[in-house]
Amino acid sequence: MVSLWLILGGVALQGLSGVPAFFFPRRSAAGQRTTFGLLTLGSALGLAGVVLNALGAGGASVLTLGWTLPWGQFSLGLDALGNVFLVLIFVVPALGAGYGLGYWRQSDHPDNGKRLGLAFGILSAAMALVVISRDGVLFLLAWEAMALAAFFAITTEDEDPEVRQAGWVYLVATHVGTLCLLVMFGLWARTTGSFSLEAHPMPREAASAVFVLALVGFGFKAGLMPLHFWLPGAHARAPSHVSAVLSGVMLKVGVYGLLRMTSLLPVGDWWGGAVLAVGVLTGVLGVAFSLAQQDWKRLLAYSSIDNVGIIAMGLGLALLGRYQGRGDWVVLGLGAALLHVWNHGLFKPLLFFNAGAVIHATHTRSLDQMGGLGKTMPWTLGLFVVGALALCGLPPLNGFVGEWYLYLGLFHTLGGPSATVAVAAAGAGLALIGALAVAGFVKVTGAVFLGASRNPQPNPHLMRDPGVAMLVPMVVLAGLCLALGLGSPWVVPALEAAVQAWAPTVAPSLATLAPTSWITGAALVILGAGIFGVGMQFLPGAKKARSVVTWDCGYARPTGLMQYTASSLTDGVVRLFGFMLRPRGLPGTPELFAAKWSFQRLVPDVVLERWLMPFARLVGKLVPRIRIFQQGQTHVYLLYILIITLLLFAVAGFWGLS
Amino acid sequence: MIDIVVHVVVLLVLPPLLLGVIGKTKAWFAGRRGPPFLQLYFDLFKLVRKGLVQSTTTTWVFRAGPVVTLVVVVLAGLLIPFGASPAPISFTGDMILFAYLFALGRFFTTTAALDTGSSFEGMGSAREVTFAVLSEPALFFAFLVLAKLSGSLSLTTMLHGTSGTFLTAAAPTIVLLSLGLFIVLVAECCRLPVDDPNTHLELTMIHEAMVLDHGGPWLGLIEYAASVKLLVLGAILMNVALPFSTGVGWADWMIFVAGLLGLSVVLGVLESVMARLRMNRVPYLLVAALLLCGSSFLLLLR
Repeated sequence: MVSLWLILGGVALQGLSGVPAFFFPRRSAAGQRTTFGLLTLGSALGLAGVVLNALGAGGASVLTLGWTLPWGQFSLGLDALGNVFLVLIFVVPALGAGYGLGYWRQSDHPDNGKRLGLAFGILSAAMALVVISRDGVLFLLAWEAMALAAFFAITTEDEDPEVRQAGWVYLVATHVGTLCLLVMFGLWARTTGSFSLEAHPMPREAASAVFVLALVGFGFKAGLMPLHFWLPGAHARAPSHVSAVLSGVMLKVGVYGLLRMTSLLPVGDWWGGAVLAVGVLTGVLGVAFSLAQQDWKRLLAYSSIDNVGIIAMGLGLALLGRYQGRGDWVVLGLGAALLHVWNHGLFKPLLFFNAGAVIHATHTRSLDQMGGLGKTMPWTLGLFVVGALALCGLPPLNGFVGEWYLYLGLFHTLGGPSATVAVAAAGAGLALIGALAVAGFVKVTGAVFLGASRNPQPNPHLMRDPGVAMLVPMVVLAGLCLALGLGSPWVVPALEAAVQAWAPTVAPSLATLAPTSWITGAALVILGAGIFGVGMQFLPGAKKARSVVTWDCGYARPTGLMQYTASSLTDGVVRLFGFMLRPRGLPGTPELFAAKWSFQRLVPDVVLERWLMPFARLVGKLVPRIRIFQQGQTHVYLLYILIITLLLFAVAGFWGLS
Repeated sequence: MIDIVVHVVVLLVLPPLLLGVIGKTKAWFAGRRGPPFLQLYFDLFKLVRKGLVQSTTTTWVFRAGPVVTLVVVVLAGLLIPFGASPAPISFTGDMILFAYLFALGRFFTTTAALDTGSSFEGMGSAREVTFAVLSEPALFFAFLVLAKLSGSLSLTTMLHGTSGTFLTAAAPTIVLLSLGLFIVLVAECCRLPVDDPNTHLELTMIHEAMVLDHGGPWLGLIEYAASVKLLVLGAILMNVALPFSTGVGWADWMIFVAGLLGLSVVLGVLESVMARLRMNRVPYLLVAALLLCGSSFLLLLR
């Protein structure tokens, strides 16, 4: 019971952390520091509770409190599956709040700083409450609190119409998702007789219906294609530390919901294949859209979609394994998915913090206008390279270990019945995702940090590494990425316990199926050799390099604008995938001796810009026609109510319903 | 133990010779005498003694590029069995590490190139990352096929598991796979018809365009790493296409080295009789490799 009370106390502190700031003066830094302190304290309490529970020392892991609502009950629980997510929820928002001390100073943002702090705290608390709730009604309430807090955090700069637009799209998307979940829990309660989230035997059709509703409802939050359309706008427009929490943690809460529901349901035959297919689609499309973006934060947001796709691939494999009774697929697939939840929850906030640091210095998100920042921002460059390598799944960082589990799981399907061997082809899809991710992050690294500045009047005094408040969270996250890459054997027990919580019949065999000791060894060799190789060149006795300008074929006035831009770097890939990306603004041929020529290459979101927006405009055109019913007179409305009631009675009588 | 020593020696010493053989073959086709077989060794020796020059725009990324590239190809070379002897390092899932080591090398080669801020290097990097998007899935299809054929998840047994399958039903699979892997090798090692290592027109190159501003020992590291990469990928192809084993240690090593030299001759002949493809045609060739490897996978699903 101790650990649950600790976590509950932590959640309360997190949720209220934004309140005291309102009693401080408008521009007071002390208020923001109080908020950060409370959030960190709450997170520390929560983390202590999770650790106690994981070690088996936290006492009972179920708690039911008094509750005055007519439905459901205030029932909480802890298990290894939830702990995986709780760790992220108790680490990343606290780091984000610390980063916010430098990034979103109260003195710079007196109008919205306190509101952001409040929403940020409620968002963290609500996410934790979602994960520990063991009752459908409580889950939905926490879910809605999380969705609304996220809305207010996204629309922090609500004086900007683009921010409001992104906020509205998010709000609509999240509520359509919630609607699906509402129906899902209704169906669940009808089938099982209660809202309590416990495994129940149920007919196959009902289970499939619950599964589909869960996939769609949680898919909206997690960002599965084609339900991802709200995500790039919202993540790009929110302040960077909010984007970090949304992308690193809130998407994972969507994944958590899907994992929780699938763990309670009897698995159907087609589920695994469907989730795997959605995962491959989401992964490939997400990363392809990601590398085509010119807006740094949109690029990161699409790359989150791609990573959720990778997680879904792992879940699909695990579902397939549970249906077929193949423990190795379950262990490797779910192990990969859960490890990737952690990995992405660490490196994506790191990358968003990095982007925020640069955006803070340059006041632009456009990759085509940056360049050469690595020399004046060496810390940011180094930390970005760590995050980028982790995201691309390259050794010696944590991303590699997660993808390695998933590859191994997919290779294991080769030993299955011939119908499922085709599943292994998803391995080639994962390789495609990896290669595209490398292309995308080579582009960002090169365009932002390397080469020369593309700004005609760069101001080197502004292009500095951020202060300690922003740097420390980044260093912590990069350190965690490296630690998880090198120390993967030590987290295996936590993953195995979580896999067992998801599928109790499967033996915990991750350590034997996929021994990571060699991976760790290879990672150490790479790391050591890299440090040695680069360090050698800085030794006093090393050959000194002469510095000259880059070879420019003797051109008299080279400028930074002559470099390959971010867009041109990935243009080849965008053309290759043009049939899905539908890029706009292909350059025509300029006339001979053109004095001036300009074009813009944009890759807008296909789902939002080509499907949903035209549909919304159509609806907007048709809806005014029914405005004649809107009279603004009370007695007319009363008449409507009477008519509707009569109609309902008539319908009920006609169908014999009572 | 002796096999491991021979493996490391072959991995570190032999690669420049392969490029010498390619050069000699091309010279023979052109009716020239050509540079000696050991030319690259001389070049490397010369480069190592030269001074260092770097661009004013560069950071540590530029200096890390050559080092990391060499480290990853050598590490990858230790994961591949050479001929009939097992790889020095072998574990479950090592083929994934192998492929991702190359990706790590690519990340650093391309970012080091971008660090110079030159458009030529930008072009080279853009082409490198674009073509890898097609060749990497092809390589994974090849791994899937080999894993299915051998029932193993480790490169040594995967690559040795194809022994004796030439006369069995898997022969068509192996032929398709060898062709696909050959194209991947040509693209990854930047040989004709994907890239022309001899041209002096930066606009048309991939690998050479990326290393334009590296000089001295750094260029030496890069050239050496490129030759090691040729040997490592050649070793995979040899294992798939020539899965013979005599059972006698030294004879197997002779077969392996002869096979690699033969592969170099084939590459030299190809480079003599073919022109480089136009850049926008290269993806078609790589898609062909993807289709070949994918089809060989499909053949297994019957």
